[in-house]
Amino acid sequence: MWSLLRTMWYVLLHTFHKRVTIQYPEEKAYLAPRTRGRIILSRDPDGGERCVACNLCAVVCPVDCIALQATEDKNERRYPEFFRINFSRCIFCGYCEDACPTYAIQLTPDFEMGEYNRQSLVYEKEDLMIDGPGKYPGYNYWRVCGEKIAGKDKGEAENEARPVDLRSLLP
Amino acid sequence: MTSPYPIAAIAGILIVPLSLSAMLIWVERRLLAVWQDRYGPNRVGPFGLLQVVADMIKIFTKEDWIPPFADKAVFVIAPMIVMVTVLMSLAVVPFAPGIIVVDLNIALLFFLGMSSLGVYSIVLAGWASDSKYSLLGGMRAAAQMISYEVFMSLSLMGVVLLAGSFSLTAIVEAQRKLWFVVPQFLGFVLFLIAGVAEARRLPFDLPEAEAELVAGFHSEYSGMKFGMFFVGEYLGLILISSMITVLFFGGWLGPWLPPIVWFLIKMFGFICFFILLRASLPRLRFDQLMTWGWKTMLPLALVNLLITGAIVVAWK
Repeated sequence: MWSLLRTMWYVLLHTFHKRVTIQYPEEKAYLAPRTRGRIILSRDPDGGERCVACNLCAVVCPVDCIALQATEDKNERRYPEFFRINFSRCIFCGYCEDACPTYAIQLTPDFEMGEYNRQSLVYEKEDLMIDGPGKYPGYNYWRVCGEKIAGKDKGEAENEARPVDLRSLLP
Repeated sequence: MTSPYPIAAIAGILIVPLSLSAMLIWVERRLLAVWQDRYGPNRVGPFGLLQVVADMIKIFTKEDWIPPFADKAVFVIAPMIVMVTVLMSLAVVPFAPGIIVVDLNIALLFFLGMSSLGVYSIVLAGWASDSKYSLLGGMRAAAQMISYEVFMSLSLMGVVLLAGSFSLTAIVEAQRKLWFVVPQFLGFVLFLIAGVAEARRLPFDLPEAEAELVAGFHSEYSGMKFGMFFVGEYLGLILISSMITVLFFGGWLGPWLPPIVWFLIKMFGFICFFILLRASLPRLRFDQLMTWGWKTMLPLALVNLLITGAIVVAWK
């Protein structure tokens, strides 16, 4: 009986405690800098698309919410013809960001993507693409990779040695 | 001392407790939130007061579904009984001099009778729903209400002995010198506990027991029928609070302020106390409930009655 009264007294004292509620639309909760939210596609420092349409993100996605179609531009650079993320399925696990070999796909801390219409949660490439390089400012995949494209032959990438001619004995 | 304007009194006592019980939903949610370090509903209107209106619109527009396996007539009547019996009891409560529907000379017995009839609502609801959870809730309600009714009325007999009347106005008038809570403290505690059980509030909400029985006796109810159970529960809360005020805390008596204000202050205090009970105490187990009722409270009520009776006799 005494413990009941004591419980009630302590509960009553909570009248004077600080509220823990964060009044959301007016006050925002603290978000860690690497919070995983809305997915974006980033660009090279010189403005080209980073995505090479390798499909790794679509493969690793546990809920299969990424769809894309690869194609090639006139410079022999692979890029996605369309790139579609269905955010009504996305679980924001960030595997796509981990899998991406070119830092193209990245997760941002923005999570306020509420919609009245489910179809509006399907983001196309133009909704996903941003103008900057995102988290990796200096990185340009096509300049460091060994892949040959128009204007850059084998061995012309940064930190890349010239290809060795196997049929020559010269040093 | 019946009201000079009986129609106005009837309308007032119908409308005010009904709207008050609707407001209590907001009050309870806010107070529970305060005691859990939250804010509670504070978005709709000033301080979230219009939450009640939103809830009303919701509950009126919900589908009023009667399960095909239910006993239709009883299923429909059950929620009405709880409201009718509680509103009938409110008719004999003297809120202030002149604000009373009918000043019966057996008002206390009438109140006890009506609260016993209220059990039918729960039992019939559980029975007519034809679902095991509802039935369990209804059976628990029957057992709980019957065992708690016994010492509820016995705990009040001390008050009756001291006041020498069953009339609630006479009981209030008899407290002009000293509120009955002082000479009848044990009776007050017993009645408080019985009242919580009678209003089916936590920690005695076993008929509902949403953690075990889905929603107990009203599992199958929806729409306004469920709303009537809800309003009935809050009306019961108002009724028990006003009965405690009348029987132990001098009803409308108090200095300076008008009588009705005193009554409402005291009543609201007890409503807050009941909500605090809900915020702090866990639900009893069913066998604990029965043991507590029959082996502790009933003997205590009898002892209280015996001692009070002896003192009254000796004093005369």
